[in-house]
Amino acid sequence: MWQALYAENQDHNFTVVTVAMDSPEAARPWVEAVNPSYPCLIDRDHCVAELYNMVNVPQAVWIDEAGLIVRPPENAGSSDAFRFMDRETKQMTPEQVAERESMKSNYVNAVRDWIAKGSESEHVLEASMVRSRVRLPNDNIALAHAHFRLARYLRRESDPGQAAVHFSKASELHPDSWNIWRQAAEKDATGLAVGPEFWARVDALANRPYHLPVDI
Amino acid sequence: MPTVLCDQSETACSSGHVDDDNLWVSAAELTAATGWSLKPEGFCKGEICVAATSANTAPLIQDNRINVSGFWRHLGHPVVHDDTSTVWALGASARDRASALQSTEAPDFSLPDLSGQMTSLTELHGKKVLLATWASW
Repeated sequence: MWQALYAENQDHNFTVVTVAMDSPEAARPWVEAVNPSYPCLIDRDHCVAELYNMVNVPQAVWIDEAGLIVRPPENAGSSDAFRFMDRETKQMTPEQVAERESMKSNYVNAVRDWIAKGSESEHVLEASMVRSRVRLPNDNIALAHAHFRLARYLRRESDPGQAAVHFSKASELHPDSWNIWRQAAEKDATGLAVGPEFWARVDALANRPYHLPVDI
Repeated sequence: MPTVLCDQSETACSSGHVDDDNLWVSAAELTAATGWSLKPEGFCKGEICVAATSANTAPLIQDNRINVSGFWRHLGHPVVHDDTSTVWALGASARDRASALQSTEAPDFSLPDLSGQMTSLTELHGKKVLLATWASW
């Protein structure tokens, strides 16, 4: 998704860093298919999601040359159109496809504006605005990440049964995290966690968004 | 042998001893597992030291062992373990995570790519960084 943006801007003091909320085995085919030249990091225990209080993918953060956040974690241009596609055929209407494409290109164009104009870009937020927009974790979320860390280790090293117990505790404590839920959920043959339980969970959102709208 | 998960490290503690909801380890293994050391002034990490005893907690040091889980809770951080108390995850408090985010300094991390090459955010200072997450699932 980011290779073209990176290629056209790598000489402008800009880089993309992607972080896969995933095991290396699951991430590998996707990374190798694109073979990007920016750092593609693997975060098997979702450390970055914990540090930045992220709940879904794709989410992105803008960090300036001094290492300061100038846009806190937000949906990196994904739309909720997928919720309304035909679930048998996986087909979207032309309007849904158009909405999805326009959200993505709006977001990428905003990144381009930032690369070109730096702090003068209208999309760069003042520190006070970053503080008011950034979502902060609560005690349940902190505890959820500890259970998730334990569960990932147990699944990898020793005890998948015990792992399941701690994955569910993590999800109960942090129900807004799709990262936690989907990482632990059953995957289909293509590696996607899109079984009936996923759709039931999506439908239970009712009027609430899956990807929070981007205010950009 | 109990294993302690803390930040990104996984440390098997040969000195580990479990009593009820507490994990006791040697001072050397406390440091190996958490980065905190026992010094005359208390438990220290970098320039920060906290008293080794507190009126509000059970004893944290006994027979040359340190109650690492008690110490971690004393710092206000979450502690969880499996059924058999062989794997312990020492988490980070919401308060610490929130204050890091409120500072607007991007929290640093160091992660491997598929070949095991590590990259940390601080290495990229001087560039604009679009930090973007994704997943196969």
